[in-house]
Amino acid sequence: MLTIQDLHAGVEGKEILKGINLDIKPGEVHAIMGPNGSGKSTLASVLAGRQDFTVTRGSVEFMGKNLLELSPEARAGEGIFLAFQYPVEIPGLSTINFVKASVNEVRKYRGEPPLDAVEFLKLMKEKMALVNIDQSLLRRSLNEGFSGGEKKRNEVFQMAMLKPRLAILDETDSGLDIDAIRIVANGVNALRSKDNAVLAVTHYQRLLDYIVPDFVHVLYNGRIVKTGPKELALELEERGYDFIKNEINVGEEV
Amino acid sequence: MNTIDYFKERFDQLKSLNGNTALNDIRKEAFNNFSIAGIPSVKHEEWKYTRIGAAFNAAYEFPITRQPAELDASGLDAVRLPEHKNANELVFVNGKFSPAHSVIRSPELIAIPLEEAANDDQYRSIVSAHLGHSAKYLKDGINALNTAFILGGIFIHVKKGKTVDHPIYIYNIADARSVNVLAQPRTLAYIGENAEAEIVETYVTLGGGESFTNQVIEIVVEKDARLSYYKIQNDSNHANQVSATHIRQIGKSYVHTATVSLGGAMVRNNLNIVLEADGCEAHLYGLYFQEGNTHVDNHTLVDNIKPNCLSNELYKGILNDHSSGVFNGKIYVQPNAQKTNAYQSNKNVLLSDTASMNTKPQLEIFADDVKCSHGCTIGRLNEEGLFYLQSRGISIEKARSLLLQAYAMDILEQIRLAPIRGYIEGLISERLALI
Repeated sequence: MLTIQDLHAGVEGKEILKGINLDIKPGEVHAIMGPNGSGKSTLASVLAGRQDFTVTRGSVEFMGKNLLELSPEARAGEGIFLAFQYPVEIPGLSTINFVKASVNEVRKYRGEPPLDAVEFLKLMKEKMALVNIDQSLLRRSLNEGFSGGEKKRNEVFQMAMLKPRLAILDETDSGLDIDAIRIVANGVNALRSKDNAVLAVTHYQRLLDYIVPDFVHVLYNGRIVKTGPKELALELEERGYDFIKNEINVGEEV
Repeated sequence: MNTIDYFKERFDQLKSLNGNTALNDIRKEAFNNFSIAGIPSVKHEEWKYTRIGAAFNAAYEFPITRQPAELDASGLDAVRLPEHKNANELVFVNGKFSPAHSVIRSPELIAIPLEEAANDDQYRSIVSAHLGHSAKYLKDGINALNTAFILGGIFIHVKKGKTVDHPIYIYNIADARSVNVLAQPRTLAYIGENAEAEIVETYVTLGGGESFTNQVIEIVVEKDARLSYYKIQNDSNHANQVSATHIRQIGKSYVHTATVSLGGAMVRNNLNIVLEADGCEAHLYGLYFQEGNTHVDNHTLVDNIKPNCLSNELYKGILNDHSSGVFNGKIYVQPNAQKTNAYQSNKNVLLSDTASMNTKPQLEIFADDVKCSHGCTIGRLNEEGLFYLQSRGISIEKARSLLLQAYAMDILEQIRLAPIRGYIEGLISERLALI
């Protein structure tokens, strides 16, 4: 589904990603872990098409297409979804109108007719229940004055509405208490199928108690330096990132 | 042309006009002031960024008559606001009130020629007390020019305790289909004690000629009265305009204003609110959305004379292409005006590298127990917001449009007349579709 080869990317001449290789197949859950500043969020942003970063080398193929050539909106149309670490507040734009525009633009991209008001409402109610979100929240301006938990639930709600092939969670657990993490994770899990995949970027292991990964990758200094099964996350939690750093520093020059 | 000589000639004509002489003194004084001051140039501090002298180089028709120019029904239909059949319609043609085209549907509304009111026993004292009060604040030649040529103006009165059940639409029409037109509409409105009115003003230039509308409306708001005042400017790109709205709150009263400027080559608005009684409340909202080479200038002034008044002001602008904007917000708090609450904010989004904005808050506070705040911003459209919308599949064009609509929303929400709000939202959507 997603094949990343030797991806280098940076901002204003500073290289942040220094040769990422990653292969994600349908049905899989991958976790990207790593210390602060290792490039986790940059990877998530580059995949979603954020313009602040420049790709200098390498390739990203998604469902047989060159992802790097596509605009952010086309990537969404192809089935990429980025749940933001810091969802943007937009006063004056109601969440419902935003989601309606989003759903219908993605449908248009996929050659599907727009949903009428009744169909949209039905879909919305169904997905609201999934993340325990109230309709009164959706009538408010997008993310404006939402609590941290409400913002993240809103991200997963949007994800549910768009049914992406690849959901990228950028530090979705940050700033959430354990109950909120559970709600968000349950929402993500309910959307999993053999046809779609999840890439969860996280600093802590605790999200992975609920969204159980098939693979854990450790990102350090712009490269994936270690890949392992879900137990690797527990080991990291227990031993901290230093043991990885030490392993690396012994093995090769970084 | 030498503008002062030109208007001197016209003023001599006006003096020889037969009939009503009640307004001669105020005209004469104003003409004197105009002769000294002339058309304001950019050397005048209040006109630093708005050049109107050049517009006076066009040869304008400016007939000295009380009679409005003829206007066919199609000309009027072209300018009507939505749901006009549920509104009072007051029509100015080339600066002269036209009773023939006006429709008064509310019995609570009195609208008569200003000169008639000046001679009427019931209204004489109101006219002499309030007509021309704006000159105390607008000390420039352009305000004086309007007053010098008061002719064919209108007096509006809402009697004590009455609510005008339909909004009052005022159409300022410049018929430039065959000539260039200088129009100087003049209105004095008196909203009586515990009375209520909603006024909507709009400006239209017909045809391809140049127009210059130099308007003054003075509104007096009595104790316990409520006034909503909306100004909608969507005129053509060969229309120039200086529009002064001067509101005196002489009793504890409530005033709500919104000024929406979407068109016109050069638009200068002066909005003065004078808080002359304890406990007044005034809200000033503004939205401007400029494109091409257009220019819009909003000068606002809130004068807190008495204590315990509240004023809240928010103006927001979007500037595209080569357009330019000016905001100047004055708040005066006089020594007596303790416990004043005065808030002001001006926000701007520039959509192009060639658009420009000059914004200046100007607070002069002479009382010590007050709460005042001001702020202004000039920036670009929120890039992070754009990416957020794009990442949800929304095209960049649509994302921009949604963000700008959202940006305008807190002003649009202040337009409480549903058909007028819908009309303005429609105009903004049309414009956003072209960006």
